[in-house]
Amino acid sequence: MLDQVFVLLKHWLVGRSPAVMQPSVSILLTIVPILLVFPLLFAVTTVLERKGLGRIQNRYGPNRVGLYGILQPLADAVKSLTKEDIVPSSADHTVHFLAPLVLLAVAFLPYAVLPMGRNMVAVNLDSGVLFFFAIGAISELSVFMAGWSSRNKYSLLGAMRAVAQMISYEVPLLLSSIAVIMAAGSLSTVEIVEKQAGFSGIFPHWYVLTPWGFAGFVLFMIAATAETNRSPFDLPEGESEIIAGYYIEYSGFKFALFFLGEYLGMFAISGLGITLFLGGWSAPLPFLTWVPSWIWFFGKLLGLIIGFIWVRGTLPRLRMDQLMNFAWKFMLPMALVVVVSAGAWRFLPQGVTRWLVSMVFIAAAYVLLARGVETRNKIAKRTYRFAE
Amino acid sequence: MLGEGIVKGLAETARNFVGSFIDKDRLVTVQYPEERLPVAEAARNFPFLIYDGVDQEEGLRCVACQICEKECPPRCIHIEKSKDKKPDFIGKQQFYPAVFDIDVSVCMSCQICVEVCPFDAIRMDNNFELSTDDRFAGLLWSKEKLAMPNEHYLAIHPTEAAEVEARRAEEKAEAEAKKASQPAAVAK
Repeated sequence: MLDQVFVLLKHWLVGRSPAVMQPSVSILLTIVPILLVFPLLFAVTTVLERKGLGRIQNRYGPNRVGLYGILQPLADAVKSLTKEDIVPSSADHTVHFLAPLVLLAVAFLPYAVLPMGRNMVAVNLDSGVLFFFAIGAISELSVFMAGWSSRNKYSLLGAMRAVAQMISYEVPLLLSSIAVIMAAGSLSTVEIVEKQAGFSGIFPHWYVLTPWGFAGFVLFMIAATAETNRSPFDLPEGESEIIAGYYIEYSGFKFALFFLGEYLGMFAISGLGITLFLGGWSAPLPFLTWVPSWIWFFGKLLGLIIGFIWVRGTLPRLRMDQLMNFAWKFMLPMALVVVVSAGAWRFLPQGVTRWLVSMVFIAAAYVLLARGVETRNKIAKRTYRFAE
Repeated sequence: MLGEGIVKGLAETARNFVGSFIDKDRLVTVQYPEERLPVAEAARNFPFLIYDGVDQEEGLRCVACQICEKECPPRCIHIEKSKDKKPDFIGKQQFYPAVFDIDVSVCMSCQICVEVCPFDAIRMDNNFELSTDDRFAGLLWSKEKLAMPNEHYLAIHPTEAAEVEARRAEEKAEAEAKKASQPAAVAK
């Protein structure tokens, strides 16, 4: 009952409205919660992130507005709304204005296919995962629009870095999710979650609990971090190098919109990670199935967000060549091995053999590729041939 | 092994995160308006004028010699000399400042006015919370606002003030001795 409370509420409200209005009411009741819940989650995340990073660095973090600083997002909103909105005189005004809007629109669209609970999905597309990645690719366009229209060297550099990075990391992102699509035999996000909702013994059928699924999940999350331009892959912003990258010329609420879009992208891709690998809305243990499914989804989402914050507080920013080496020389071959390993898992009979085969595949590839990545980056004393 | 360093780093940040809740010594931040660190004795920010006794007009040490006005590098001091005179601490007739203004926004806290003052009349205060919402009148401090009792000086710079006190006591004793011997000479 509690599990389906939102679904039932929606049906009840739709049933109460006049027949002509029913389709539009139904659409509205699907979209408005998404438009409310995720920006709210963004507000919560900003304060969580600032307080978490503070604690990691032995600081208090914001603690002035409200009890323990929980009203900080409100103060931030007021601040960004009252700030002057400056557009450079030589900027392309139309594109400069459109870039944050495109990013925001694109950031909201993927939520259409994320199942946030049992029967809680806006549209159950047969090719949901494909839709998600297709929409995700548009965010590159908005980033480049912002960087290009600002007419600033730094913003253009940032945009070029962002596009190069996002395209490079989209490949392992897609390949690691292909493993799941192969195993589930479907592109529909709803079906992928339903495939993972069962239990054998006390263990759920989550793909992350298989060797290839675990490797795929790690690769997916690394690629997701790069895809959402979060530390340690925040080269496009690179405060210490190119000041703020592609949004250097944005101020006031447009800057806040960029921020919102970026976090919404992070939540969406975390949601997809949960859907593909962590069993979506399904409970982790069989005796916990009475807990509403949407609590599981948002709990897992919060867990991944905390993981993102933790990584941001730990790792320094990568260099451009390290970034590209890592994407093409480690992530890509590793993702291909994961695909092969998932295929082997699919066709081998259930039992210890397929575990062993899958594990050996992953471990061997990891060891070999790691050696390659490590030896290439060995620091040696520089010798000069001519300038002695 | 690739990834080993990342795991170590994550463990370190987790240790910091948890430690900051357990061990209060880790959090070095001083929550400023509520908590504050003690101000060092030599701390200085903005000058004040010393007066002796209780009446600030009567006890003001400044004799309007205008040395500080001339020496001030950013020229933030403005003095207008009085027409009449009043006795100073040893009874000598001296001018006094009719107007003595310092602009807080211009002062650069260099302490040169203090160093050149022959009358120990101007000293540096350690109050640093001088912000105001009126950036013209609120930042131009007049004689009334600048004057502080000698006790304040003794409280904020005890070592330096003790030296000044000793010297002034000596001068006063000398002047009194002179005064005591002079009427005798006149009588002769």
